[in-house]
Amino acid sequence: MEEKNRDNELLREIADKKYEYGFTTDITTDIIDKGLSEAVVRLISEKKGEPDWLLDFRLKAFRYWQTLKQPTWGHLDMPEIDYQDISYYADPTAQKGQGAKDKGQEIDPELMKTFDKLGIPLEERLALSGMAVDAVMDSVSVKTTFRDRLKEQGIIFCSITEAVREHPDLVRQYLGTVVPYKDNFFAALNSSVFSDGSFVYIPKGVRCPMELSTYFRINARGTGQFERTLIVCDDDAYVSYLEGCTAPMRDENQLHAAIVEIVVMNNAEVKYSTVQNWYPGDKDGKGGVLNLVTKRGHLRGRNSRLSWTQVETGSAITWKYPSCVLSGDGSQAEFYSVALTNNYQQADTGTKMIHLGKNTKSTIISKGISAGRSQNSYRGLVRVGKNADGARNYSSCDSLLLGNKCGAHTFPYMDVQNPTAVVEHEATTSKISEDQLFYCNQRGIPLEEAVGLIVNGYAKDVLNKLPMEFAVEAQKLLGVSLEGAVG
Amino acid sequence: MNNNKKNISSSKTDNSSPSGEVGRGVAAIQYIDLYRECRDMIAEHSASLLNAPREQALADFERLGFPTQKEERYKYTDVAAAFAPDYGLNLQHIDIPIDPYQVFRCDVPNLSTSLYFVVNDRFYDKALPKAMLPEGVLVMSLLEAAVKYPELIGKYYAKQARTHKDGINALNTMFCQDGLFIYVPKGVVVTRPIQIVNILRADVDLMVNRRVLIVVEEQAEACVLFCDHAIDDHQFLTTQISEVYIGENAHLELYELEETHVKNHRFANMYVDQQRSSSATIDSITLHNGLTRNRTDVTLSGEYAETNMYGCVIADKQQHVDNNTLIDHRVSNCQSNELYKYVLDDEAVGAFAGRVLVRENAQKTVSQETNANLCATDTARMYTQPMLEIYADDVKCSHGSTVGQLNEQALFYMRQRGIPEAEARMLLKFAFAGEVLDSIKMEPLRDRLHHLVEKRFRGELSKCEGCRLCK
Repeated sequence: MEEKNRDNELLREIADKKYEYGFTTDITTDIIDKGLSEAVVRLISEKKGEPDWLLDFRLKAFRYWQTLKQPTWGHLDMPEIDYQDISYYADPTAQKGQGAKDKGQEIDPELMKTFDKLGIPLEERLALSGMAVDAVMDSVSVKTTFRDRLKEQGIIFCSITEAVREHPDLVRQYLGTVVPYKDNFFAALNSSVFSDGSFVYIPKGVRCPMELSTYFRINARGTGQFERTLIVCDDDAYVSYLEGCTAPMRDENQLHAAIVEIVVMNNAEVKYSTVQNWYPGDKDGKGGVLNLVTKRGHLRGRNSRLSWTQVETGSAITWKYPSCVLSGDGSQAEFYSVALTNNYQQADTGTKMIHLGKNTKSTIISKGISAGRSQNSYRGLVRVGKNADGARNYSSCDSLLLGNKCGAHTFPYMDVQNPTAVVEHEATTSKISEDQLFYCNQRGIPLEEAVGLIVNGYAKDVLNKLPMEFAVEAQKLLGVSLEGAVG
Repeated sequence: MNNNKKNISSSKTDNSSPSGEVGRGVAAIQYIDLYRECRDMIAEHSASLLNAPREQALADFERLGFPTQKEERYKYTDVAAAFAPDYGLNLQHIDIPIDPYQVFRCDVPNLSTSLYFVVNDRFYDKALPKAMLPEGVLVMSLLEAAVKYPELIGKYYAKQARTHKDGINALNTMFCQDGLFIYVPKGVVVTRPIQIVNILRADVDLMVNRRVLIVVEEQAEACVLFCDHAIDDHQFLTTQISEVYIGENAHLELYELEETHVKNHRFANMYVDQQRSSSATIDSITLHNGLTRNRTDVTLSGEYAETNMYGCVIADKQQHVDNNTLIDHRVSNCQSNELYKYVLDDEAVGAFAGRVLVRENAQKTVSQETNANLCATDTARMYTQPMLEIYADDVKCSHGSTVGQLNEQALFYMRQRGIPEAEARMLLKFAFAGEVLDSIKMEPLRDRLHHLVEKRFRGELSKCEGCRLCK
């Protein structure tokens, strides 16, 4: 009994914490002036010491972006974004010369502390074994751990800036091939101003011995984060990659427009998990991160596999569709998502499964939870091309409503051109069953806990897909984000 | 009569556009010019109640033009392209020599109906059947009704089908001169189904702008059956706007069957408003057509109302069928149920987009939406988009959709028992579509439709022997 009380206390503590990553780090940051122009694109490229081909890529993207207008089709009430009022590059490591870029040089203790506080120790001896971390703050990668151990197996895991310097051929071969700069408005923006993200290359036949992970942190005021991640998994290789993110509490909206590209070759497998916990704004919907991300995986090889798992609890606005292009014959893709919105948060998220190869399979499991005055939409596309004989898709999208001021919406699109394809979609929307709540209450479980219990059970299909450490984290997150939503 | 028909080709050549371009603006401008030119003629052959909203509709149409495929509700049909070719319009209200009873015998065996004809947009009133309708029930020309019963038409006409958002509504409101009016007064139960046969008849390519108004007052009951036919081998373009009002405790069953040909383009927008405890069954069956776009918007404005919507599409060659529905749950305790099934062959294109909107205070809503499709070739294409938009928490809503093929095991089982493969396939397809037909409450009609669908699958033209095309 005592133990149970302690557990309850713990739960309450977590619930009362609200957004615990909302602190700011007071550190000298080199921020370039606000505004976006060709000069800014050139400046970013220069600061990163990039080769000409990359500058050309940025400039092409920038010129294309100038011809575009911000799309409005999302089921979102989006504040106007003034692209000239954002600083596109902020470097918190600037103070100590080159920061992490020079190996062996000390990292600013403030930065160390920040990441410690976030639960991401940058010293390898303290880190959880079996997880290598690339820590990115604002526009710069602070440190990548376990690089040497990974190198022994030929695995490359570093920030994309370093990759451009050290493995230009590889980067050049794959960058922009999955998400071309002309893909959409935010992809063009990212392609012109992107800063650090991670680069992962798993060579043929290698099974990555530990989880790779990147931790993104926005710190500086008035900036946006535009990271770019590129993962290439060669024949018969395997990698599991995790991504986490937080930001300080601010009453301004901060823009986060990233691109993630994944290339999966013959018989290779990539697992990509995200626990997204950007600052969601306060109770009245003020502030918060605008999370407008393009994520896409290209299953190029035969029998390749890719799975996206995401737990979305943060951000004022989430607008993203992690997608899979299944062009290799027999390739398989999976998408598991829990999206929770509370207060004034809005989410329009889902996936796209484009079946091009023969006998390709995809599964979509999406669980939406809306509380407070939030709006939560699932939008997904399943397209089966002419030649995708034997394609198979199963989608299931459930929504749970906790409150009578919130909304849950489902917009699935299916476009089938092949007679041998089998595509199924089903969705339900309901509130928490009163019978279940009553049952819990009857057995002495208070309302709030009962709701937490039921929500966790509801999301279990997805949480089970997460790596161990993340699953625990995600479960806690669900609890915290629901705080105040019941009753 | 051809001379008297206003042809829009002149206005098209006036507007010197690059040849071959079927731009949104170009197609729309033709119609704006035509309206400006013929405004007086249109008004002269119509009634003041129908003329009243025209100018506003023109202003709206000038602003909107034809909807483009970038608009979510028109994603799957290129409207401007369908409206771009030249069509004649019978704006002068010229009589078309036809005796529908002679050219047409499309009976439903064992079902006696009160049969009426609408030729193009005109209600055919030359030889009306003996009044089998209960007293007070009206089935008549909308134009005539607008003169005879102005307060009734004034109360309902163009109230639901607003022109400010939809270009097709605006266009139809600009040009429509006549149509059909059905009125069932309070408490009257019409036991005999009312059958309306829409006949498209012309000697040149023709555009028809038809208007339908159905009012079923409190506690009344009716069953209306629409059959769409084209008896001439010309290009037809129909816009039809239907407005349906169902009063408290009233019940309406509405069946629509399209049996036209590949040169027919149909744009039908239907708006239904349901009051407290009313029920509506809307069944739309498309067997033969060219390009069809049905938009059905149901508003549940009284509690405990119930809506059932069914659709069955069988399409091959280059048929294009796009069903777009919206069920708007505005109040609590309503129920809606949707079931649409498509069987696509050859190069047919099918689209289904159904949106269920549950507003903030529409608690205790129960809604279900199902769309199942069979694609038989790699050139047939199916788009499906079942959508739920929910702002209330105490609801039970679900939707499902599938695209697939016939069950191989079932096929094998039948072949094992000596049923030839083609026959087995047909049986399975027939059973697939049968689920929708089984929802029809009137048994004779159900049997008739089963028969028509079976004939359709066997590749026969399921026309009756009477019409001119079959002769």
